[in-house]
Amino acid sequence: MSDVVEKTLTALPSLLSLDSLSGSTTLSSTSKLGNLIRGITELTSKHEEEKLIQRELTSIKEQVSSPNTSTRQMKELMVRAIYCEMLGYEASFSYIHAIKLAQQGTGLEKRVGYLAVSLFLNESHELLLLLVNTVLKDLQSTNLIEVCMALTVVSQMFPKDMIPAILPLVEEKLNHPKEIIRRKAVLALYKFYLIAPNQVQHIHNKFRKALCDKDPGVMAASLHIYFQMIQENPEGYKDLTSSFVTILKQVVGGKLPMDFNYHSVPAPWMQIQLLRILAILGRNDQSSSEIMYEVLDESLRRAEINHNITYAILYECVKCIYTIHPKSELLEKAAKCIGNFVLSLKINLKYLGLKALTYVVQQDPKLALQHQMTIIECLDHSDLLIKRETLELLFRITNAQNVSVIVEKMLEFLRVNKDDYTTIDLVGKVAELAEKYAPDNEWFIETMSTVFSVGGDKMQPDIPNSFLKLLSEGFDSVEEDRKLRLFAVDSYVSLLQGEPGKLPQRFLQVISWVLGEYSYLREELDAVLRLLANLLDMRSTSSETKSWVLMAMTKLCGGGAGVSVIREVCETYGSSLDTVLRQRAQELQHLSQDCELRARVLPRGAGLEPLEVDSSLSFLDGFVSEALAAGAAPYKPPHQRQEELAQTKALSLEPYGLSLPISMSSCSIADRQSPTLLSVSSGLSGESPDLSHKGGTTTLKLDGVKRVWGREGYLSQREPVEEPVHVEVPSPVVSPSQRGGEADRSHSQTPTPTATPQPEQEKQQLASSLFVGLASQSSVCLMGKSESTTQRFRRKARGPVSSPAASEQISNSPVSTPSTANHLLGNNFLDSNITSDLSVSSLESTSQLSRGPAAANGICEVELTESSPALPRDNAVAAAAPAPHQDPDTLKDACLRSHLPAEFSGLCPSDITPLCTNQTLDFLACHLQKEDSVSLVVFIYNSSDSDIQQILLELDSDELEVSCVCGSAVQEARSHSVAVCQYSLTVKRPSVHVEVVGMASYRCPAETPQSARFSYKLPLTSFIRPLTVSTEEYGAMWLDFSHDTKQKLTLRSDGRESLADTLDVLKKKLNLHVVEIIGTEGIVACRLLRDQPCLMHCRLHEGSLSVWLRSPVPDLPDCLMYHCQRALQEH
Amino acid sequence: MIKAILIFNNHGKPRMIRFYQYFAEDLQQQIIRETFHLVSKRDDNVCNFLEGGRRVRLFLIGGSDYKLIYRHYATLYFVFCVDSSESELGILDLIQVFVETLDKCFENVCELDLIFHMDKVHYILQEVVMGGMVLETNMNEIVAQVEVQTRMEKSEGGLSAAPARAVSAVKNMNLPDMPRNINIGDLNIKVSSLSPF
Repeated sequence: MSDVVEKTLTALPSLLSLDSLSGSTTLSSTSKLGNLIRGITELTSKHEEEKLIQRELTSIKEQVSSPNTSTRQMKELMVRAIYCEMLGYEASFSYIHAIKLAQQGTGLEKRVGYLAVSLFLNESHELLLLLVNTVLKDLQSTNLIEVCMALTVVSQMFPKDMIPAILPLVEEKLNHPKEIIRRKAVLALYKFYLIAPNQVQHIHNKFRKALCDKDPGVMAASLHIYFQMIQENPEGYKDLTSSFVTILKQVVGGKLPMDFNYHSVPAPWMQIQLLRILAILGRNDQSSSEIMYEVLDESLRRAEINHNITYAILYECVKCIYTIHPKSELLEKAAKCIGNFVLSLKINLKYLGLKALTYVVQQDPKLALQHQMTIIECLDHSDLLIKRETLELLFRITNAQNVSVIVEKMLEFLRVNKDDYTTIDLVGKVAELAEKYAPDNEWFIETMSTVFSVGGDKMQPDIPNSFLKLLSEGFDSVEEDRKLRLFAVDSYVSLLQGEPGKLPQRFLQVISWVLGEYSYLREELDAVLRLLANLLDMRSTSSETKSWVLMAMTKLCGGGAGVSVIREVCETYGSSLDTVLRQRAQELQHLSQDCELRARVLPRGAGLEPLEVDSSLSFLDGFVSEALAAGAAPYKPPHQRQEELAQTKALSLEPYGLSLPISMSSCSIADRQSPTLLSVSSGLSGESPDLSHKGGTTTLKLDGVKRVWGREGYLSQREPVEEPVHVEVPSPVVSPSQRGGEADRSHSQTPTPTATPQPEQEKQQLASSLFVGLASQSSVCLMGKSESTTQRFRRKARGPVSSPAASEQISNSPVSTPSTANHLLGNNFLDSNITSDLSVSSLESTSQLSRGPAAANGICEVELTESSPALPRDNAVAAAAPAPHQDPDTLKDACLRSHLPAEFSGLCPSDITPLCTNQTLDFLACHLQKEDSVSLVVFIYNSSDSDIQQILLELDSDELEVSCVCGSAVQEARSHSVAVCQYSLTVKRPSVHVEVVGMASYRCPAETPQSARFSYKLPLTSFIRPLTVSTEEYGAMWLDFSHDTKQKLTLRSDGRESLADTLDVLKKKLNLHVVEIIGTEGIVACRLLRDQPCLMHCRLHEGSLSVWLRSPVPDLPDCLMYHCQRALQEH
Repeated sequence: MIKAILIFNNHGKPRMIRFYQYFAEDLQQQIIRETFHLVSKRDDNVCNFLEGGRRVRLFLIGGSDYKLIYRHYATLYFVFCVDSSESELGILDLIQVFVETLDKCFENVCELDLIFHMDKVHYILQEVVMGGMVLETNMNEIVAQVEVQTRMEKSEGGLSAAPARAVSAVKNMNLPDMPRNINIGDLNIKVSSLSPF
């Protein structure tokens, strides 16, 4: 049957085809490959092709495995298999036969075998091992072709582990009389160098020999190796600089045989490679660069024949000149060269010219100015790639004055662009520019709106994040903030009135957030609510967006606004199948009915307040034990729960996925509660967008070139010529004449339009708006130095307190929402107790879905008025510290102690140590441990009879942040009395001992000013506080922390002591919290002041204690290890 | 370094594929498809460089420093995927050298030659680019190397010689619509009227 089909298929094409194919019919009789190809030719669908190839493969398979197939037939079969593989059909059965063919065949068959192997297999394929022997044999062959074949296959791929086996043979080939063999051997060694650099380390001098080979071809091959090696380590090859220069000189000078000429250019590819190598060698190295100047000049001069390849050389030359240590004469020529590229009619050259301009424009913005008309033409070029490159160039020359034109151009491009990658990249750039240079509110909001609608759901999440952050944080002026927000609200309202269906989901989420947060600035909340409700009704709105919308409505629902709308929404979504939406609807319903609660949960305009959460949740203990007593299941940590869920495949809790770990790890640990804690917006004030922004792709790429190019270099020589003449709006007609002598020469080819027809005029206008500010601000702005003055929408510096509250709002569901629900829950359970059974159970059903600690967070807000566990615990800590009352000077001590500020009454100060003394003043100090800082109190005792004025204390420290507690700065010390200064210390970076250095200057009456220096040392342990965590939390944190240290500490008691006792010592001395002790292992947690946790795992083993410390803070584990050691030794 | 060399026709059918970096089979096909998609959309009056789509970018080099450099000859696209260590214009001329060499070896190369002698094209390429590095740019040298091998082939004669004769027979036939002659630089590629596939 299959025979019949095959015959029909063979016959079919000739029946169907035109006469033209009759020739190939004859072909089919002689070649099975021809047959196959013709068969494919006739097919119309992918499906048919698939069937045909499968049949072909089956037939190949049969034949290759038949013992009667000769190697000649095998060769033909292999070509067919290669063909099938090329079309994307796997022919793995033939791999082994390909290897066999390479092994057994002779001449041509072997060649096919090798080719098939190199096409089929990869470096790590296990079958490749079978080839090693064949390669070995062929490398030793006397047949040159066989040696070549072996070297070729080796350079394509070779198993890494087997390199030593053939390395000596390949090395040997470096001395082969035939040039082609030497050349291939060099490339094979290069391949070895790439995949296993260690293996070829010993033959580096052989590479040098290859570089000096009498045949230029071999030398050229060795350049590949040198390029790679020099790139990795430029310092190691500086001695070769002059060699490369000599080689290049010879090549450029036409010393090579004519064979190497290409279009009468001597060895152009070699020149390119050499120029690239020189660029790396000359970067940041004046002496190396100086060797090159001459030959670079020569290259520039020689490359004048108008052929593609000479431009390739010129381009490399220019790049090299701008990379190495600058020489003004060469730079001038290079600039002229760039001009030739940019002005070329050949599109490839134009593209490269733009690239070169982008490369150099940071150093020499004037160059862009020279070519402004060309740049503008390129902006309208039909080739998107050219356009994009132009925008890249413009991006680099953007300043506050031309930002709106450039951004407009970028947005124009974005609207027509279809390539995802480009869109993402450009959107980021626009957002960056907008944030940096926005001229006014309206422009900023509108630009960002376009960014959101164009960038859609593809853009990086940090863009909307930082935008919302910017809005919520505001700027310096309250009025300005209000205006900006109001404008945002207004423009979004009008957008929603238009066609919201067309907006991307991300944008809708941003809109909902802004409307929810700031609509109160407007009058008609009803209208806003209705618009939001409309969004909910749209089919295209995703459920994630819907939950954002519902959140926004919840924020707006107070004051009887839109009662009917809200009721409707609640009815619709209160029974939604989507649990998240149902929960939101429940919240909306409850909060819209209870204004007082709403005001507490969602205070208005509180976006700025930092989020503070008591993550230890100690206040919940009572509640938990009650619940446990009532038979509730014990709490399970999130990861465990997730695992279980994944196993049972129950409800999908996706939207909660990330909210919990974030709130856990990033909330500041504090016992004080902020009343604004629950404000949704505050969750937004995250550090994460900031960080990703910095590391993102949108930052300027100031390659190493910038450093070699100091402003005292070439630029400064030009500036005097140009600066005085430049007005703010340089028009292209005027500018050529404005530029000084040298610039003029380079500009000689610029078309200088004298007569300006209409479109031309438009372009000139565009030019003047694009390049405005470039001349006047010159390079300063481009170097990013003047940013501080121009950057309008610069984010405020953030305090250390709010920074840890990082959360990825946009990518996850709104963080605060679950806690809102739980807030209600807490309210019901703890406060009111009068809620109907129904509502309790419904809320319970939703809140069970959310995680425990988050729930607790919610409740703690309700509790905040009652709970203040901080103080008692603190007292305990202080009491545990070694008793301080041993000072001989007890009386004075006690006297001084009485001067301690009243707020420290509950705390236990350290010994009072004298800092420095002179005739009149005694400086003494002590420190007190507070929950989130250490207070340093400096006593100034005036023992003289006169009052001392103008006392100025300056304290500083490398490791600590020292801030003066306001109002306590002393000015004077009265006679025989004590003045007290109070400082708050927090840790900048951990160190074993920290020191505060101070200088006091004062003036006794009728004397010259005097000063005294002192220092105050305190151990890091003063900053350590116990960290109360549960074992589960400990487990989760342990995995998160990145810095760790391990050490074995010997115990002085020789293991007679139990672990509990040992840990007790540490606990007392270092202020740690023992989480749990199991057998010989114990886990301990502490934190450095407020928010820098450190975890410790220890194990008692044969009289020593293996301690493993982990923390997110570098150095902290090491410092703590030291103190642990000390504590155990002293014990 | 050259990462891959792809030759496909105006319809995206691969004619010769050579990867110098390992990719799984299906990934290779994806790269070919996407490259074709990108290249085929471009007019003849735009530049010969491309920065590629997302997938190619992602898989090929994993960074932004790579580009596609291509030339379009009649029915065929020659695409070189290279990283930043290669010069754009240099590669562009290398493609020209490669095609000229093909032209010399096949005596007026056409798409059919590439189809029926895919193996030979590979051998020629092996003399130009070896393991992703440019080995030889001198056309005469390349041709000489290939000829040494062909002599070996001729001495064996027989089966493998037959298709070559057949193809040249096809090439020289009087076809109803005569092949277009397209002149690009020094190269003269004849296009036979193979039905589209």
